[in-house]
Amino acid sequence: MELFLIFFSASIVNNFVLSYFLGICPFIGVSNKISSAVSMGMATTFVMVITAIVSWLIYHMILVPFQLEFLQYVAFILVIASLVQFVEMFIKKVSQPLYRALGIFLPLITTNCAILGLALFLVLRDYNFLESIVFGVGAGAGFTLALTIMAGIREELDLADVPKPLQGAPITLMVAGILALAFMGFSGLL
Amino acid sequence: MDATLLIALATMGGLGFIFAGGLAIADKKLRVEENPLIGQINDSLPGANCGACGRAGCYDFALNVVNGTAPVNGCPVGGNDTAVIIAEIMGVEAGSTVKMVPRIMCRGGNSEAVKKMAEYYGPLSCKAMDVVSGGDKMCYYGCLGGGDCVEVCPFDAMIINENGIPEVIEELCTGCTMCVKACPRNVIEMHPIDRNVFVFCKNEDDPKSSKEVCNVSCWGCGICARKSEGSVEMIGFLGHINYDKLDESKIPFDKCKSGAINHLRPVIEDLKITDVQNN
Repeated sequence: MELFLIFFSASIVNNFVLSYFLGICPFIGVSNKISSAVSMGMATTFVMVITAIVSWLIYHMILVPFQLEFLQYVAFILVIASLVQFVEMFIKKVSQPLYRALGIFLPLITTNCAILGLALFLVLRDYNFLESIVFGVGAGAGFTLALTIMAGIREELDLADVPKPLQGAPITLMVAGILALAFMGFSGLL
Repeated sequence: MDATLLIALATMGGLGFIFAGGLAIADKKLRVEENPLIGQINDSLPGANCGACGRAGCYDFALNVVNGTAPVNGCPVGGNDTAVIIAEIMGVEAGSTVKMVPRIMCRGGNSEAVKKMAEYYGPLSCKAMDVVSGGDKMCYYGCLGGGDCVEVCPFDAMIINENGIPEVIEELCTGCTMCVKACPRNVIEMHPIDRNVFVFCKNEDDPKSSKEVCNVSCWGCGICARKSEGSVEMIGFLGHINYDKLDESKIPFDKCKSGAINHLRPVIEDLKITDVQNN
């Protein structure tokens, strides 16, 4: 039950993008088409889960025993950057079309602050190993959900009569704000 | 204090080495063998990923060139300059290509075309207008003026003029053919840039109906075809120019009452020079 609550909280109630405002860059940048939004969401989820595992291990097996908790920021960045590189190489080997479909967005996952936020949260909330994994999955699912909703809305917006000064980034940011407001409806649930 | 600093340095250094080592091993194991020529050719391409070459993006075109399934001059956007570079990389001769540009086979803008009684309210897109009972122009073959071609052009080389007809900015156009694919009426065609004679109409209706919808439409009277000795053919009620047999002097432009068959750029008649030494 505890695990389900963590998953539900990470994906919906405390959505990383719409409640914590992390990962806004790919949220605005990749959400113009549903297909690219879903692909980005999947890739990010993959990186998040592995990051959660590796970060937890590094924190509890190396940093804590040596009393180096203050190094968590640096260590997590190192982990995330290396992992994304590894994921890139892996995807390139396993599926060339997917690699080319994701294109530049794959290395951009490194700069996604939602991943660093994930690592820091699981330290802050003192999750155990299994809880961290579920947290990673939930965060990724929530990220994908937010991106997909945004992409769906933006595809419709493309055909709508948006006033000239608001076209492009302004209307997207306004819609994002309204989405965040909508997700606020979940607050207090957990 | 010192001990902590040393331990911190050692730990971070150690972690760095481990990850770097891991990545180095992964690089060896997960390396995808690829012909270095592909990367070289890919770097020399414009990088617009427009698909005009008929492949799925610039990298795919480079792949095909190296495999021999695409010609070195297959990139219309890069044009001759890129073809020469690619030919050099591949070690072959480059052919030369004539620049192809899109031409709009419709001159029935707001001042020439007859509009319907009903007004169109809906998404500002030719595709949408075409679906909703053919937009607000009476002619079902002509340009809708909704600007799908302008929207889709990756090089901003199309604009809609005041008359509601698209115009190509030839300096910016790269011949990528995105506009051709975007037009739901198939009014845009690719032609060599130096071609000057066209039938600016796609209306296939009989003369009576053609006249009713637009005053520059092709009526289908067939005079141009009859008089031009093969340069123009009638297919149904629409004239088509046979560019292989084209002889401009044979086309009776003045006989075309609507002006559908016409020059793109005005042809300046030779100036009659009077004999200066007339005394």
